[in-house]
Amino acid sequence: MKLIILNDYDQVGEWAAKYIRNKILRFNPGPDRFFILGLPTGGTPLGCYKKLIEFYKKGEISFKYVKTFNMDEYVGIPRDHPESYHSFMWNNLFKHIDIKSENTHILDGNAANLVEECDSFEEEIKAAGGIDLFVGGIGPDGHIAFNEPGSSLLSRTRVKTLAQDTILANARFFDGDLSKVPTMALTVGVATVMDAREVMILITGVHKAFALYKAIEEGVNHMWTVSAFQQHPQTVFVCDEDATLELRVKTVKYFQVQGAEQHTRPGRKGRWRSCATFNLSVSILHSAHSLPNK
Amino acid sequence: WKMPTNKSVSKAPITQFVNCRILRDHKLQREDLWVREGRILDPEKLFFDEEGYADQRVDCEGLIIAPGFIDVQINGGYGIDFSQATSNVRGGVALVAKKILEHGVTSFLPTLVTSPPNIYHKVLSEVKVHSGGVEGAGVLGKEAVRKDVDTSSYVRLVLISGHDIQYCIPYNCCHLEGPFISLEKKGAHPEQYLRSFQSGGMLDLIETYGTLDNVAMVTLAPELPNSEKVVRELAQRGITVSLGHSVANLSQAEEAVQNGASFITHLFNAMLPFHHRDPGIVGLLTSDQVPQDRTVFYGMIADGIHTNSAALRIAHRAHPTGLVLVTDAITAMGLPPGRHTLGQQVIEIQGLHAYVAGTKTLSGSIATMDMCVRHFKQASGCSVEQALEAASLHPAQLLGITRCKGTLDYGADADLVLLDDAINVRATYIAGQEVWRK
Repeated sequence: MKLIILNDYDQVGEWAAKYIRNKILRFNPGPDRFFILGLPTGGTPLGCYKKLIEFYKKGEISFKYVKTFNMDEYVGIPRDHPESYHSFMWNNLFKHIDIKSENTHILDGNAANLVEECDSFEEEIKAAGGIDLFVGGIGPDGHIAFNEPGSSLLSRTRVKTLAQDTILANARFFDGDLSKVPTMALTVGVATVMDAREVMILITGVHKAFALYKAIEEGVNHMWTVSAFQQHPQTVFVCDEDATLELRVKTVKYFQVQGAEQHTRPGRKGRWRSCATFNLSVSILHSAHSLPNK
Repeated sequence: WKMPTNKSVSKAPITQFVNCRILRDHKLQREDLWVREGRILDPEKLFFDEEGYADQRVDCEGLIIAPGFIDVQINGGYGIDFSQATSNVRGGVALVAKKILEHGVTSFLPTLVTSPPNIYHKVLSEVKVHSGGVEGAGVLGKEAVRKDVDTSSYVRLVLISGHDIQYCIPYNCCHLEGPFISLEKKGAHPEQYLRSFQSGGMLDLIETYGTLDNVAMVTLAPELPNSEKVVRELAQRGITVSLGHSVANLSQAEEAVQNGASFITHLFNAMLPFHHRDPGIVGLLTSDQVPQDRTVFYGMIADGIHTNSAALRIAHRAHPTGLVLVTDAITAMGLPPGRHTLGQQVIEIQGLHAYVAGTKTLSGSIATMDMCVRHFKQASGCSVEQALEAASLHPAQLLGITRCKGTLDYGADADLVLLDDAINVRATYIAGQEVWRK
C-alpha cells in the first residue's frame, strides 16, 4: 500500500480529487466504457467533492461516462430526509455535475425486501464490470462503510445493525434525539470493496489516528475492518498530519521516503517531500498520456 | 413541436434557472430553480425518481429570483379605473394586469372603492378570476374555503395555441374597499355612497354588492353597528376581512379580529392616530388579544408620501412579519401629470402626489410595487429578503394561498420576478413563462 501524508484536510481533499480526476482522464471513458467509481459519504470526502465540482466547472473533467456506487444508506428514513445519503450525494455532488441519474447507484433503505436490494446491488456492480476505484473513509472504530467491528472480512452487501457508538455519533444530525437516529443501514461488505481494482481511503483528523494505527501497523483483524486492505494489491491511504499521530515515527518516515522514491525518475536530483509526490505523479501521468481536448 | 423529454412522470419540458440566487426559507441562496408545467419542481425527486434532467437552461447572470409580487390593493392604473362600469371591464383589468408585469406583480386583487350598487353589480359580474400568463398578471382568487385544494379541483383549460395551460380557479377575486366605512374617515371615498348595516348585516352586503362570488377581501369599519355578524360570516366564507377607513378604538378592533378580521387597510391612513391610552387600530400590531394561531397583517403604502418613514419603521419594528406592501395605486399610476377620474370623483396628479381635485386630501398612490419595495427597504433598513417577502410571502399568507403563491417552494406556481441587487425588475415570469423582460 501507499500512504500519502499531507499537511491538512484541504490538501487531502485536493489530492484525492486530483487523483480521481486523473484516473478518469487516463481511463478515457466513453459510451461503451464507463469508469466505475465507488463513493463514500460523511465529513471526510466533502473537501474532495468540492474540488471535483471545481474541476468539472472548469471543464477539466466530465462525469458523463462515469458510474457511481455508494457504500451505504440508512434503513427506514425517507429518501428526501436531509440526513439520508441520497440527499448528501445530491446536495454535495450530483446536483453540481453532469452525471446522469441512471448511472448513480445508491442502496435503497426503503426497499420492500432489504436482502434482495443488497443482492441486486452486488449484481449491478458485477454487471457494470466491477469497480475501478473505490473511495472510502474510516470510522474512529476502524470501520469501512458500515462494516462495524466484528464484521466478517469476507462480507458482502447486506443489512447491518449500527453499533451504539455510531448511533451516538450520528445523533447530532438528528437534533440530538436518539430515538430519531436510524439503527440499521445497508452497506457494502468488506469483500465488496476488496473486489475493486483500486482502493483509496481518506483519513483526516486526530480522532481517526488510532484507527489508522490499527489499520496499518497491526495485523489484519475483524475488529478494525479497514485492516483488510493490507491484503489488497492496489490501495492508497491519504491522510493529514493529525491522522498520523498514533503511528510510529518510523512508519511515517518509511512511507514518506518510499513515496518519494517511487515517484522519482532515474537521474533526477533533489529531495522530495511527501506533498511533492503528488505533483510529480501528476506530471508523470500528464507526460505519459496527453490530456483529451476540452 | 417540442423536444421529446427524458422523464417518466411527465413529458413536459423542464427549465432550469442557473447562475441565480433564489429566495427560499427567508434567505437568498445560491441554488438553481427548476420549473415544469408552470410549477416549481423538486430537482432531487426528478433526479432519483424520474432520472430526469433539464431540457432548457436559463442563465440568470447572477440575478435574484423572488416569488412574483402580490398587490392586494390596487384601484386601477394606466387610465383604467376598476370602480368604473365601462363597457369593457374585463379589457380594463387585462390592460392593468399586463402593465404591472413590468413592476414584478404577478398576482393582484382589483380593488373597488366606495361605489353605488349598480357599479358593484356590473363590475363584479364581469371580473372573473383568471390566472396569469403572457396576457398579464393573474387576478387572484382564494383557495377552497376551509379545505385543502388538490389539483384535481382546478379546472384546466388548454388554449388553442397549445402552449399555455391556464388554471381557472372558480372562486373569488376582488378587494371591496367600502362602502361600509366611517364617514369621518372616508378619505377620498364619495360620501353619498357610504352605507351602514341597517338591515342587519349580510343583507346589506348582498344588496350592495349583488354577489360575494368574486370577492376575496372586504374593507369595513368595525365600529359600525351589526358589524360583528358580518365579520364572522365573511371570515367563515373565506373572505378576508380588513379594518380600515374607521374610527374604531382598540377594543372594537380586537373584537373584530377575534371575529375573524385579519388585515388592516393602509395602516395609519384613514384611521384614528396612535394614542398611548387608546392605540386604536394601530394597536393591533402588538395587541395581546389576537388569537395565538393567527397573525394580523397590515397594508403599508411605502411610497414615501402616505406614511412618514419613521412611522413605517415603528410599524415594521413592532410587527415585521405582518407587514404587507400595497400600492393602493389609482387610475393615474403610469399616466402623465393632470386630472383623472377615480370612482365617482376627480383627482389631480402633482409629481408623485395624487390629491382629490381642489383639496390636499391624498387620493391614493401612483407608486409602482417595485418602487414600494425599494423604498421600504431603504426607509426601514431591512434586508433584501424581508423587503421581498413583504411584497410576496406576506400577502400570500394573508390570503391563505401560500401553497401556490408567494413562495418558491416545490409545487408552488412558478410566478417569478428576476431582480438585480438594487431591486430593479429585470424580468417577470408567470407559470414559468417569461412574460416581460427589461
